[in-house]
Amino acid sequence: MFTSIGDGANVDSSPPPTLESFYQFCAEKKLVAARCKSCKAILLPPRVLCPRCSSTDIQWMKLKGTGRLLTYSVVHIAPLAFQSFVPYPVGIVLLDEGTKLPGIVRVEPRDIRIGLKLKAAFESSRSHKWPSWARYFFVKADSS
Amino acid sequence: MKGKPLASIVSAGLSKFGKLEGRYSREIFLEAAREAFCRCPNLDPKRDVKALFVGQMSESFEHQGHVAPSLSDWMGLVRIPATRIEAACASSGAALRCAIFAIMSGIYDVVAVGGVEKMTHRATHDVTEYLAMASDFPMEQWHGITFPAIFGLIATAHMHKYGTTEEQMAMVAVKNHHHGCFNPKAQIQTEITVKQVMESRPVAWPLKLFDCSLISDGASCLVITKPGIARRFTDTPVDIVGTGQASDTIGLYERDDMTFMQVARSAAKQAYEMSDKTPRGIDVAEVHDCFTIAEIVAYEDLGFCAPGEGGKLVEEGETRLGGRIPVNTSGGLKAKGHPVGATGIAQASEIYLQLTGQAGARQVKNASTGLTHNIGGSGATGVVHIYRRRG
Repeated sequence: MFTSIGDGANVDSSPPPTLESFYQFCAEKKLVAARCKSCKAILLPPRVLCPRCSSTDIQWMKLKGTGRLLTYSVVHIAPLAFQSFVPYPVGIVLLDEGTKLPGIVRVEPRDIRIGLKLKAAFESSRSHKWPSWARYFFVKADSS
Repeated sequence: MKGKPLASIVSAGLSKFGKLEGRYSREIFLEAAREAFCRCPNLDPKRDVKALFVGQMSESFEHQGHVAPSLSDWMGLVRIPATRIEAACASSGAALRCAIFAIMSGIYDVVAVGGVEKMTHRATHDVTEYLAMASDFPMEQWHGITFPAIFGLIATAHMHKYGTTEEQMAMVAVKNHHHGCFNPKAQIQTEITVKQVMESRPVAWPLKLFDCSLISDGASCLVITKPGIARRFTDTPVDIVGTGQASDTIGLYERDDMTFMQVARSAAKQAYEMSDKTPRGIDVAEVHDCFTIAEIVAYEDLGFCAPGEGGKLVEEGETRLGGRIPVNTSGGLKAKGHPVGATGIAQASEIYLQLTGQAGARQVKNASTGLTHNIGGSGATGVVHIYRRRG
């Protein structure tokens, strides 16, 4: 998938580079970013305006979903929606494309370490209340 | 502008910080405002105070938005323009800048600026959720990354890059509790040990309960004036000589390096340049120790030590009362308490007391220049002010 989003005129039917679209792709089990066609910056989450060069010429870009763990924490006290998962690790992952993404890391807390190779996976269930965004998460890259 | 007073503090007040049961924000704010007014007998609030700027983070705690008019009303000044400024935990630091600008514009001679938050009546999971709103919702909160976890991510990165230890972080808590023992307004006035911090229950590893600041109720208030008329109100005004503020991405993950806060470095640079001061010229500082790691990062961002040496600075006792640069003599957010919207002005209030010789048992001898460092969220807002004793 590598579709273009028109600058001004609606040249095709690809979704706008918004957070809502990002999570719509997650619901299809696809991890995507936007890319500025002008300066090539990767925009994750997607944005309508490139913060680097101010271009609005933005296209979608599929991500491999693999990367390594830059830093982490293990959550022991959580808001209600996450209380049944504690303790759970969260982290910031440097994706192979060079952009970063935070998320839950489904690894045993004792196994977590900086540099761990991870890949993105997707939850299948979604909430009916706003925002019904499909969550991605990370697992060890060598497990399937 | 270099080194010239921007505005002058002529009085400061603080409510008791802690669990203030059965009291609503406006009632707590009145306690702080009354102390500021009573400390300044030459001030006639109804005649002199022409505007109120107030920091509050969240309307969720008390189901009360639009808080500013309720505060000016309760302090007996219902007709003055009253405006709430929100920048998460830096709300009242940002409000102070607005108050300074209001004075510098020439429109007002005297304004009040403060902050308030009432938090302790809520269940911990509700407080956790409201505070997390200072971080990015779509990419951080939505993925169960709590606010302590954001600082856990910073701590892990700092430990990995510089070898900072959990014990060094614990020493920040121990120091600030020690200082809090000398502050009658502090929420907690008991000493703790490194062992107690290390053995406290995990909140967001590597941060444990005693690495976290407190859930608090409290309010703070200053009266600031045009520098030229400050002596009408007090013999010992404190001049604000530097102000800086900066923003960054709301999401921590979007930043290139998670071991420092660009907003703090940038705000500090602005304030140092404006005041013609250097880190060496600061006698006492109040910094944003929402978590112990944040104080270590603050030392480095403010130039009190080189990047990576913050852990060593606290370990060597340099930031303790009696050290080279005492930090958080009030007890900080850790022991004095952290009613989030009140914090920025509470920091300024402590510096006011220090620079006017009113800090009692925690007085830093001959302190003439002070600094406050107030952070919103994970570092999406940073506000730094520099203060100088008159005379």
